[in-house]
Amino acid sequence: MNIIDRRLNPSGKSLANRQRFLRRARAQIVKAVRDASGSRSILDIGNGEKISIPADGLREPSFRRASQGGIRDYVVPGNKEYVEGDHIKKPEKEDGGEGGSEGSPDGEGQDDFAFVLSREEFLDIFLDDLELPDLVKKKMKQTESSVPSRAGYSVTGSPANLNIVRTMRNSLSRRIALKRPKPADLALLEEEIRALDESGDDPERLSALRLEFDRLVARSRRVPYIDPLDVRYSRFEHVPRPVTQAVMFCLMDVSGSMTEHMKDLAKRFFMLLYLFLSRRYRQVDVVFIRHTHEAEEVDEETFFYSTETGGTVVSTALAEMKRVIDERYPPADWNIYGAQASDGDNTSSDNPRTVGLLEDMILPACQYFAYVEVGAEYKDWLGRDSDLWRTYKQVLKPEGNLAMRRVRVRSQIFPVFRDLFSKERNDNATWAAGGEGI
Amino acid sequence: MSEHQPLFSGADWDFEKVQRVYGAIEEIAKGELGLVTYPNQIEVITAEQMLDAYSSIGMPLMYKHWSFGKHFARDESLYRKGMRGLAYEIVINSSPCISYIMEENSMPMQTLVIAHAAFGHNHFFKNNGLFKQWTDAKGILDYMEFAKGYIAHCEERHGHQAVERVLDAAHALMSHGVHKYPRKRTPDLADEERRASERRAYQEKMFNDLWRTVPKGPTSRKGSEELAERKRRLGLPEENLLYFLEKMAPKLAPWQREIIRIVRKISQYFYPQKQTKMMNEGCATFVHYTIVNRLHEMGKLSDGAMLEILHSHTSVVFQPDFDDRRYSGINPYALGFAMMQDIRRMCENPTAEDRTWFPEIAGNGDPFGTLRQAWADYRDESFVLQFLSPALIRKLKLFKIHDVSAKPEMDVAAIHNERGYREVRKALAQSYDIAHLEPDIQIVDVDLAGDRRLIVHHLVEKGQLLDEAEATRVLRHVANLWGYEVRLLEIEAETEVVLKTHEDVGPSASL
Repeated sequence: MNIIDRRLNPSGKSLANRQRFLRRARAQIVKAVRDASGSRSILDIGNGEKISIPADGLREPSFRRASQGGIRDYVVPGNKEYVEGDHIKKPEKEDGGEGGSEGSPDGEGQDDFAFVLSREEFLDIFLDDLELPDLVKKKMKQTESSVPSRAGYSVTGSPANLNIVRTMRNSLSRRIALKRPKPADLALLEEEIRALDESGDDPERLSALRLEFDRLVARSRRVPYIDPLDVRYSRFEHVPRPVTQAVMFCLMDVSGSMTEHMKDLAKRFFMLLYLFLSRRYRQVDVVFIRHTHEAEEVDEETFFYSTETGGTVVSTALAEMKRVIDERYPPADWNIYGAQASDGDNTSSDNPRTVGLLEDMILPACQYFAYVEVGAEYKDWLGRDSDLWRTYKQVLKPEGNLAMRRVRVRSQIFPVFRDLFSKERNDNATWAAGGEGI
Repeated sequence: MSEHQPLFSGADWDFEKVQRVYGAIEEIAKGELGLVTYPNQIEVITAEQMLDAYSSIGMPLMYKHWSFGKHFARDESLYRKGMRGLAYEIVINSSPCISYIMEENSMPMQTLVIAHAAFGHNHFFKNNGLFKQWTDAKGILDYMEFAKGYIAHCEERHGHQAVERVLDAAHALMSHGVHKYPRKRTPDLADEERRASERRAYQEKMFNDLWRTVPKGPTSRKGSEELAERKRRLGLPEENLLYFLEKMAPKLAPWQREIIRIVRKISQYFYPQKQTKMMNEGCATFVHYTIVNRLHEMGKLSDGAMLEILHSHTSVVFQPDFDDRRYSGINPYALGFAMMQDIRRMCENPTAEDRTWFPEIAGNGDPFGTLRQAWADYRDESFVLQFLSPALIRKLKLFKIHDVSAKPEMDVAAIHNERGYREVRKALAQSYDIAHLEPDIQIVDVDLAGDRRLIVHHLVEKGQLLDEAEATRVLRHVANLWGYEVRLLEIEAETEVVLKTHEDVGPSASL
């Protein structure tokens, strides 16, 4: 009998099958994932997800008899009261008394098929065919965290990097080449000398042996066991690893006119952007800037959940963003993304300053700047554009890196987001600041 | 090993203990039970690997297909939710016989599993007639290796989707891709000549000029002759749908035929397992039960270990009553084990009733010999028909229900009494008969001159029609392989009345 331990075999043997399965069910999975993203807190979107998909296209049909009709005989155990000739009323739903061996081998009929997608799979599908605009400008930055990579051997180095195998190999070959006497041979010789010494039989041979012994000892002193020549160190070279990094600015109007609903929409948009960026960049910083008539950088909690009162002066937020960029995120080293959410109000006198800041300072520094105008769910759009919309529209250029969209209800967030980043986006159509997203 | 020294203590297992226990079990299995097995190979795997093995129908090597990924996803989510435990072992009908045991099992469980799989199942695989006839234990792993490589190669050459299309279709027909009887050998030339001369001699002998004067229907006769000739050429009617499509489908490329052949071979390989599920499990359960009891008697198993083993044994052979919420058909482990224990009882301590019903085995004093005989020569259906005793029918309180779908009530047709034994036994045996379990589907004709439509019949038994939606989906797959339209008729087997005609299904849009 053989016992074989297979536990250490590479796992994930069925990975290829899983990929085939996901590919097969792709259309349904994509739909389920999109649906799930609409109904669920954006915060969990990055986690793995249990989804249900309709079994269409995943069926494994076979010829089998219908579960009803015809004449059937069953043998069942556990008779308690029946005698031959009794009649049993059929259960309302025709499956109670069945033999059980019938039916589909999977036990799945019309039901949906539920299973768990891993985080990676979920995000892959969720953000599939989205792409960052303007990747050309992506900067590489060499960070101090370079990675050591093996680069052969060297004769110098720190003791910690001593390569024992190499060293001993050199030592051995040198010892063989220079005929260093082996300790075992020396011991034998010594033994023989002692024996002769004690017996005193053959003084001539004894002295010859003694000479030989001295010669060998001298030789083994001259030819050391390990010579500095033998020593080798593993050599590592520090390979700087280029790290692409991005910073994302979230700008939001938190004045009284922004309702919770609007903030929720804004938050969802920001989260999506964050998820998306963090899949493309190793490191993504997020800066939250809120503004009323003055702007400040805050932490996430304050950003989303504290309310402020005051007027609305958008340019303050842009100025704050500019300050943070100058201070911490030089555009040469960082990919800068801006996302602004607002209900579109602005103090009229501020508009020229806003345009100026945006056009001269912010947009040149940014990879991309998205403006999302959030509206109340119930309120219908008035015929005219908001102050800010009209203001930004002046800056909008077909090849520019500014994008504008309107969102009113949760379900629009994702389509708008996709629309902004989808690969096959039609530039002209997109940049023209069309009405509501979808 | 002394008589009173347990083979192991505690729950943890290691390789040395497994080896020791294996030795002790082998002694009993070969010495006392007289089992003859393939050489054993025991492989320790993790829970994830067990799930892997599940999803690829238990084979250690399997080609890639999305359905296995689907099964894995389902099994995994059930397992993680705790709704389903994993099997303690999986055993493969190969030589050497591979048994997978899970690392999570405790040492008593490993003992049980080794006795169950490495000896029980192994003996059954090696000795049962159906397995001997239909499966090649030595070759299966090599064949799977080939199949896996071949399909991977096809995927590279022809694309995933093209291969998937063929595999999907072949999988849908898998249960109708087996030869149920050994095939007729194609006659060689000498044979043909001999038969032709025999036939001629017979005709000469029977010659009677009067026959020439008998008037005959001119046209219809010719048509039916043509039909008969065509059927003969195509080997129709054919119930092995995969075989027919592999050989006869006009549009398939050679690699597609080879893939169908692979699926067909695998289906054929599993065909005996379908027919002997109850016996196979019963055999393994009986063997482990007998062996661990012997080990315990000899003092080689501690009481604690024995209790743990009995606990899982009991849950394996648990048979809920029909009105129990947990009831989901007759548990093959329970019935198989009960019947084999019953045979042992009859051989050793027969009652007068046993002597009347089973004169040839009652009191013969050789339970293991009798069982070995049964394991070798029977399948589920014939085993029940032969060996289900009145005593066991009473014990399980089996009864037969007759259900006519048109009537609002079901009838109790027979119960566990003198009048009912034979009927219950016959009905139970029939429920294990694979010929009744699976609908009888045959390819009967091809319209070669016209639109090449394939005509398929379902020979309906007891008025049980096919599940329509499923049938349509399968027909789509048949059409995909055949390349032209397919028509399915459901025909009452006895009266040849057409009960239902399905709509013709054409192939889905090609890639």
